Amino acid sequence: MKKTSMNRSENKFLKYGLIGISIFFLILMLIIPLISIISEALAKGFGVYIKAISDGYTLKAMNLTLIATLIATIMNTIFGICVAWTITKFKFRGKNLLGTLIDLPFAISPVIAGLIFVLTFGKGSFLENILVQNNIKIVFAIPGIILATIFVTFPFVAREIIPLMNAQGTDEEEAAAMMGANGFNIFRKITLPNIKWGLIYGVILCAARAMGEFGAVSVVSGHIRGKTNTLPLHIEILYNEYQFSAAFAVASILVIIAVIVLILRNIVEWKTKKEV
Amino acid sequence: MSKTKRVIPGFRLTMGFSLVYLSLIVLIPLSALVIKSGGMGLDKFLSIVLNARTLHGYLVSFGAAFIAAIINSIFGVILAWVLVRYDFPFKRFIDGIIDLPFALPTAVAGISLTTLYSENGWIGKILYSFGIKSSFSILGIVIALTFIGIPFVVRTIQPVLEDLDGQYEEAAAMLGASRLRTFCKVIFPEISAPLLTGFGLAFARGVGEYGSVVFIAGNLPMKTEIAPLLIMSRLEQYDYSGATAIALVMLGASFLILFVINGIQLYNSKLKQI
Repeated sequence: MKKTSMNRSENKFLKYGLIGISIFFLILMLIIPLISIISEALAKGFGVYIKAISDGYTLKAMNLTLIATLIATIMNTIFGICVAWTITKFKFRGKNLLGTLIDLPFAISPVIAGLIFVLTFGKGSFLENILVQNNIKIVFAIPGIILATIFVTFPFVAREIIPLMNAQGTDEEEAAAMMGANGFNIFRKITLPNIKWGLIYGVILCAARAMGEFGAVSVVSGHIRGKTNTLPLHIEILYNEYQFSAAFAVASILVIIAVIVLILRNIVEWKTKKEV
Repeated sequence: MSKTKRVIPGFRLTMGFSLVYLSLIVLIPLSALVIKSGGMGLDKFLSIVLNARTLHGYLVSFGAAFIAAIINSIFGVILAWVLVRYDFPFKRFIDGIIDLPFALPTAVAGISLTTLYSENGWIGKILYSFGIKSSFSILGIVIALTFIGIPFVVRTIQPVLEDLDGQYEEAAAMLGASRLRTFCKVIFPEISAPLLTGFGLAFARGVGEYGSVVFIAGNLPMKTEIAPLLIMSRLEQYDYSGATAIALVMLGASFLILFVINGIQLYNSKLKQI
């Protein structure tokens, strides 16, 4: 790096002061909250912890969380690859608009994300008659939870791979196409190896966010225990019932997943830097 | 559109799927919001939106998000600077943990911060002994919003600082400029655009945030009730039009923030080209 030339006039006092401020801020804001979750979860002993995470309602909530996460991640990955292919490999009018529309869910409050599905499929909507006649329940049922989860994690995969595919250009794909390779093979053999790590990271991020979504899912779930409760909603119920240790025990499962995501993120970043 | 034949296959398929999926998941549900408020009538819309409790909710959400975004801007610049320019033990770890608020579910952050900052919590105990009410107060809301906003400013400034050419700093130093002056006149203009983006992202996220705030806020009407909670409580009473009206104003405001920031960004980049 450029360190030798840069730090000539750097004040030692300033340097350690700034490092100190940074570390203090991060310990206070990030590390202490993280430690407190683990400490609260184990406050009443390991037995209570195990009981809380193997409770029937917890397992049912975990099951629903996994289903919603799996569907949302698969759907958004397929979409992410398709839309990235369209945006980066072709020229067409309205490309910028499409790019902006993908990001739209980022700008929308989770509570509003839930609300729009209640308005679309709930009481008084234009679809109400069709849904009632066919006995389909979307809002306050599992399909609503899945839809809300898909919405809030919508841009993640696309956002990660579009810049990578843009940087890569279209020359190699064009050459392969002219030699007669079909679309799927071009993607698998030429595009995929270049975006592999970004794609993996996008999928992980999407899955992590899907597992942890609270606001949007809370609006559409109806909070039926053992039926429409996801892990974050289950944590809320336990907390509001003053079962703090149980709430933190369930929370610690999500903390472990979050820490794994962070570690993977760093591995992915390191791998991509190495390949460049 | 260009008349030349596209060489790479798959345009129709991927474009078609993308548009259908985008419409089904995002555009049609969002339009339901607009349709619902369109059928409401202006009088009713205004009476909900201009209600004292609603206005106070907006004030709390936008105010607290603004303060938190300012705090994050200050610490974000310091953190990015330290991570790019200095070497110290555990730097990789510090760099990695900054994204924790992205990875940690908001509800988990919410209950953790509430326990920490309540009267008997590790940090709350200290603050309360000085008479500072750190939970069930506006301060609590600001703490939660600061937590979730940490990565935005750091991650937008960091790459710009990494790419910054050291020559100008050196030149400034050789010409006798103090370190502070160099920072203000040479470095700050370079990072001001990403800083604004990071600020805008943190602010917009804070305005709509629900999960991490709802536990620590205490949710007292006219005191610590945030706008997303107002939507939530209207929904629980099946008052869909009320919820829609409040949501529409919030949505409009968030889009306006992002639009203004994009506008400033565009203006700045055009200015630079001249």
